[in-house]
Amino acid sequence: MNVKNEMKLCFKSISENEGFARTAVCGFCAMLDPNIEEISDIRTAVSEAVTNCIVHAYRGTIGTIEITAKILAGNELYIKIKDKGCGIPDIEKAMEPLYTTAACEERAGLGFAVMESFMDSLKVKSAVGRGTSVTMRKKIGVRYEQT
Amino acid sequence: MPVRIENKNKRTTAFLSGEIDHHAAPALRREIDREIMENMPSELVLDFSDVTFMDSSGVGLVMGRYKIMSGFGGNIVIQNPPIQIKKVMKLSGIDRLAAICSV
Ligand SMILES: Nc1ncnc2c1ncn2[C@@H]1O[C@H](COP(=O)(O)OP(=O)(O)OP(=O)(O)O)[C@@H](O)[C@H]1O
Ligand SMILES: [Mg+2]
Repeated sequence: MNVKNEMKLCFKSISENEGFARTAVCGFCAMLDPNIEEISDIRTAVSEAVTNCIVHAYRGTIGTIEITAKILAGNELYIKIKDKGCGIPDIEKAMEPLYTTAACEERAGLGFAVMESFMDSLKVKSAVGRGTSVTMRKKIGVRYEQT
Repeated sequence: MPVRIENKNKRTTAFLSGEIDHHAAPALRREIDREIMENMPSELVLDFSDVTFMDSSGVGLVMGRYKIMSGFGGNIVIQNPPIQIKKVMKLSGIDRLAAICSV
């Protein structure tokens, strides 16, 4: 992995930080010169992953969320969002669209579907009782390269 | 409060604004539901003209209101969603439950 730039962010799993986290990552990736649609895709994907840490991973408690973002060669953004919360017993099932363990809280079960469709790639690793990490990548400005 | 609500001829319109995420959703839900319970409208219009961000928590908000409205035979309209918000709505399939319109 040819890393051109990197940042790390640690913050408390409180809902006030959802807006902060997505804005911080978008600020970092500004040097890739994303267009409005790309910024919006990244903003939404980060919001989904961070919200999952707050709502699911640290349900009933407050823990630390860690974001690592990198700029890779080829104008690619790498984002890893990690928690040390409850973990996911069945990742494949959790990633199915509309699957949610919190339907009574008006959760739609769409977070992973949004991350998957708005980013180029999504990888989820998890261990029950130890935590979860979500890694996403997106090439910025692909439209220019193709011409 | 990031929502302004108007009632006219059995239609309730909620003009939402700002960012709709998990942090903002509960207050919006409370305000909108209070109006629904008071007025029992036949149509609930959710206006997204001034919404600058929405993730799946917003989809949950719309779906929840859809359930309440259809519970007493009312319907729901999603009005003027910005293009990125429309993208999230389309992905969720909520556009099959509620009409998306622009005025
Ligand atoms: N970081 C996490 N830690 C523990 N469980 C998680 C985590 N992220 C997701 N999950 C589990 O995976 C399920 C699916 O997540 P997803 O984001 O797709 O939907 P949701 O959060 O339930 O609903 P929505 O994102 O639409 O509000 C969750 O209901 C939860 O059970
Ligand atoms: Mg989610």
